[in-house]
Amino acid sequence: MQNLPELMENARAQITGAADLAGLDQVRVQYLGKTGLVTGQLKQLGKLPPEERKAAGQEINRAKQTLIADIEAQKALLEAAALNQRLQAEAVDVTLPGRRGHAGGLHPITLTIRRIEEIFAQLGFAMAEGPEIEDDFHNFTALNIPEHHPARAMHDTFYMNPEGLNDAKLVLRTHTSSVQIRHMENNEPPIRIIAPGRVYRCDSDITHSPMFHQVEGLMVDTDVTFADLKGILAEFFKAFFEVDELDTRFRTSFFPFTEPSAETDITCVHCGGAGCRVCSHTGWLEVMGCGMVHPNVLGHVGIDSEKYTGFAFGFGVERLAMLRYKINDLRVLFDNDTRFLRQFH
Amino acid sequence: MYISEQWLREWVNPEQDFAAIGEVLTVSGCEVEALEPVATAFTDVVVGELVQVEPHPDADKLRVCHVDVGAEALLQIVCGAPNARLGLKAPLAQIGAQLPLPEGKPLKIKKGKLRGVESFGMLCSAAELGMADKSDGLLELPVDAPVGTAVRDYLQLDDQVLELSITPNRGDCLGVAGVAREVGVLTGTTVNVPEIPPQAVQHTEVRAVSLPAPDSCPHFAGRVVRNVNVKAATPLWMQEKLRRHGLRSLSAAVDVTNYVMIEIGKPIHAFDLDKLEGGIQARYATEGEQLELLDGQTVTLEPDTLVIADEVKAVALAGIMGGNATAVSDDTCNIFIESAHFRPQKMAGQARKYGLQTDASYRFERGVAADLTVAALERATALLLEICGGEAGPVIDRCVDATLFERRTIPLRRERIGRILGVTIADADVVEILTRLGCNVSASAEGWSVQAPLSRFDLNIEEDLVEELARVRGYDSIPAVLRALPPVVALPLETQNRLDDLRRPLIEAGYQEAVTYSFVDPELEALLDAEATDIRLANPIASDLSRMRTTLWTGLLPALQHNLNRQQNRVRLFEVGPAFERCAGEIKQSKRIAGVISGTVLPEQWGEAARKVDFYDVKGDVEAILTQASAQTFSFVSASHAALHPGQSAQIRMTAADGESRVIGWVGALHPRVEASLGLGQAAYLFELDMVALQAKRLPAYEAVAKFPGIRRDLALLVERSVPASALDQAIAAVAPAQLVRWNIFDVYTGKGVESHQKSVALSLILQDFSRTLEDNEVNQIVDKVVVSLAENTGATLR
Repeated sequence: MQNLPELMENARAQITGAADLAGLDQVRVQYLGKTGLVTGQLKQLGKLPPEERKAAGQEINRAKQTLIADIEAQKALLEAAALNQRLQAEAVDVTLPGRRGHAGGLHPITLTIRRIEEIFAQLGFAMAEGPEIEDDFHNFTALNIPEHHPARAMHDTFYMNPEGLNDAKLVLRTHTSSVQIRHMENNEPPIRIIAPGRVYRCDSDITHSPMFHQVEGLMVDTDVTFADLKGILAEFFKAFFEVDELDTRFRTSFFPFTEPSAETDITCVHCGGAGCRVCSHTGWLEVMGCGMVHPNVLGHVGIDSEKYTGFAFGFGVERLAMLRYKINDLRVLFDNDTRFLRQFH
Repeated sequence: MYISEQWLREWVNPEQDFAAIGEVLTVSGCEVEALEPVATAFTDVVVGELVQVEPHPDADKLRVCHVDVGAEALLQIVCGAPNARLGLKAPLAQIGAQLPLPEGKPLKIKKGKLRGVESFGMLCSAAELGMADKSDGLLELPVDAPVGTAVRDYLQLDDQVLELSITPNRGDCLGVAGVAREVGVLTGTTVNVPEIPPQAVQHTEVRAVSLPAPDSCPHFAGRVVRNVNVKAATPLWMQEKLRRHGLRSLSAAVDVTNYVMIEIGKPIHAFDLDKLEGGIQARYATEGEQLELLDGQTVTLEPDTLVIADEVKAVALAGIMGGNATAVSDDTCNIFIESAHFRPQKMAGQARKYGLQTDASYRFERGVAADLTVAALERATALLLEICGGEAGPVIDRCVDATLFERRTIPLRRERIGRILGVTIADADVVEILTRLGCNVSASAEGWSVQAPLSRFDLNIEEDLVEELARVRGYDSIPAVLRALPPVVALPLETQNRLDDLRRPLIEAGYQEAVTYSFVDPELEALLDAEATDIRLANPIASDLSRMRTTLWTGLLPALQHNLNRQQNRVRLFEVGPAFERCAGEIKQSKRIAGVISGTVLPEQWGEAARKVDFYDVKGDVEAILTQASAQTFSFVSASHAALHPGQSAQIRMTAADGESRVIGWVGALHPRVEASLGLGQAAYLFELDMVALQAKRLPAYEAVAKFPGIRRDLALLVERSVPASALDQAIAAVAPAQLVRWNIFDVYTGKGVESHQKSVALSLILQDFSRTLEDNEVNQIVDKVVVSLAENTGATLR
């Protein structure tokens, strides 16, 4: 039988020398297992004289406890080292891009319409819609534009080929003003609506698209005045361009469906009114037509123009989108090039 | 409408500079489109006379001219202009002269040598002096132009021109007189209206005039002017005024009629008297009647077209253009001047019907004041006599409607001004403004009674007068009022999808929104939707934009093509917009949402293997949209569509509460034939849905979440390949108790180990009871029932 101190010394050397948990366990079994060396020492206690047995047993048990503690300590060390190794092996390059799809986005025309809707919604304007292939009455006659009126020539109208159609005088709506009429036919004042949508003019060049978008606005009540029109439009443009000092200028103009009529100019948003290429060095940008609803128009839809007054306005969405997002070519809006569309996320 | 400063200031001379006058006009309704000088700011250009012209010894196209500029010596000038000829008077830029160029530094004239011959200046064209955009020779000055005089002074070129955009209601501003009246009102300046005295009658020749179409022409004035020298030169001042107002000088008689039109806004016409046979009438054309016009074209007249005719034939399209046969020519000796009143509502659209728009028709359609008819005739006579000589006959003045000269009376209520404008205007201002505008104003109980001037066809109702008040005071004088309006809660219903709710799944899936034209290429449309009834434009802008689309794909596919052609190989586009169909003669317009995808599922990246999109990717996107429309039940049914791959296309059907289902859209792979004809070079997948079907959304209603664990059982089935997944669904649903809460196909396999006519389908069943944990035997019973139903209904066997 080996003497205990020697045994312990060997065991401790083997424990600290164990390179991994499996090796450590072997050491444990070698000394502390059922046939282990330390266990063997205990078994041989019986051979000692009875008076020595107690002390020897205590000594062996102490040695055993020491070894257990040593093994545990070594185990913890080895576990920490293994974890460290694993963590190191699992390290990634955090600068590589994440794994993902890319979200798409809305067209700048839609973004613009949405902002317009939101601003007017806060001013209490609801949304209205109408058909794009429109009849003569709603696109022209009801808007006080009789046939052959010179104002019709301003419109460059697309006409539908009448073949196979019951109504031989259909047109592609030239403005969203037709929605005014449809809304007033079906609703009583007070009315506060805007109507965004596609409109069509038979004109195509660098600054004209045969299809574009307009937003029509209409407010009718017992007490609506030109001063209200000015107030609401001024507020709208300030909100749209997010410029508090934005000036609005109203010039006399002519639309058959409003009287008085006005063109609305705003301070050039590019130069702040100092004059630049965008505003043709005038400091102003023409952005909208508007006016007080003509009594003939109210008459066409059965609204008493003695009792009610109203204003209407209409403007081009592309124009505002181009000013807002600094787009200098109308045509890119309809190319649907994804490299263009991705710029508006 | 052009208006030159010099001419305007003859009529009205406010203190403001010309640009400021333009600004005043702009804000009050006559918008300035341009303000241009009539010539550039050139210096040292004088009238020169070519007193000797020789060929250049060394150049065929050059000439050596000796020019008299009033100095002791002649100047030798080498010139290449085709009209450099002996005796010509032309502008000569002397050495040291500066000629501004449209861009860059001015041209400075120096002594030069052209092919060995010295040149001491430059003879100039109109373009070189900034008086025209281009010219093809030297500017020819009148023979009496004083040699040596500065051309600037001689032609009075220190002048500028406003180009005004006149709205259709303001025909009264289509003349210098009208613009002057407007400027007078707006600047508070007196207008010098020149007297137009009657011309002395020197003979008695007249022509009988009859007016059988009084609803179109109620008033006609005319006059015979005899022994006119039509070859007389138009005086320089007239030529220059015409030029500055956009008209070229043609011949003295024609220039006079044009001059009167520009000056007072009244178009008139001169005939060769000797070509007119008998009396004159303003009548409607007869059936099939023809007329050769001044521009050389012969038109067949329509019966509602008014003509000026003699006793034999039509001689002019009334108020539009004269006839060729009776036009004043070099041989003309006697002239008949016509000045007639044509009612605007009858003139509207007439010129357009013949593809014409003339200065005359433009004015008559907008209305020319009735009181100008005789005045214009007198003014034209005076000018004609002054320039061409001759003797004037008596004025023939035939009027069949005296009400023509009655002014409309319009009531104006004081209260109404405030109601419309939101601002009150002092009584004295109302009267003052309207009076300045030429109205007769008298007080009435509620305000005023106003008679508008005959020139203002646009003043008919109270609102028109209110606009005049606002306009003359300036719209700036009306405050911008943002008052508290009654709040309106205008939220859409929670059970209604908003557009954004339907777009959101697509945006999240990487789609870009496109906007494409509603009119499309008929050929592509026919390829995509063979059965669609077509709606065409009568006047398309191009043949490939001539048909209204019946599907949004006709716009999206070219957009896809555009991107693929530009190395954008992964494309996902969607559009929300209208489609149009013809149905029993009526047009049906429906709002659709449609999309197209092509390329890989994900953008190229290191962490995922690239996989091309397929049918189930686009179907998944459609399902994501349909999920939003949670109040509806949808199903996909295999069906064929002209645009789609017959083996990879499905109708999307919506089932109503009564069990009826209808097609609300399509999804599938683009037909390889269409793909090839568009030259896409890679597969594309499409969908289109009717927006109306997607509106209704379920209002969430709480259900308690089960507290007991669920049990999953997997089934491996063998089934014929032709059996659709939906048949398995139905077979399970038919026997599923409440405890079978969910089932899901998690694998479909064909290939090795499975017979070629079969497929292996792996199915999971999730069972759960709300009140307890299910016992094994209960679970087994349910699973057995499912297996039996699958076998009976689909022939599926357990693998």
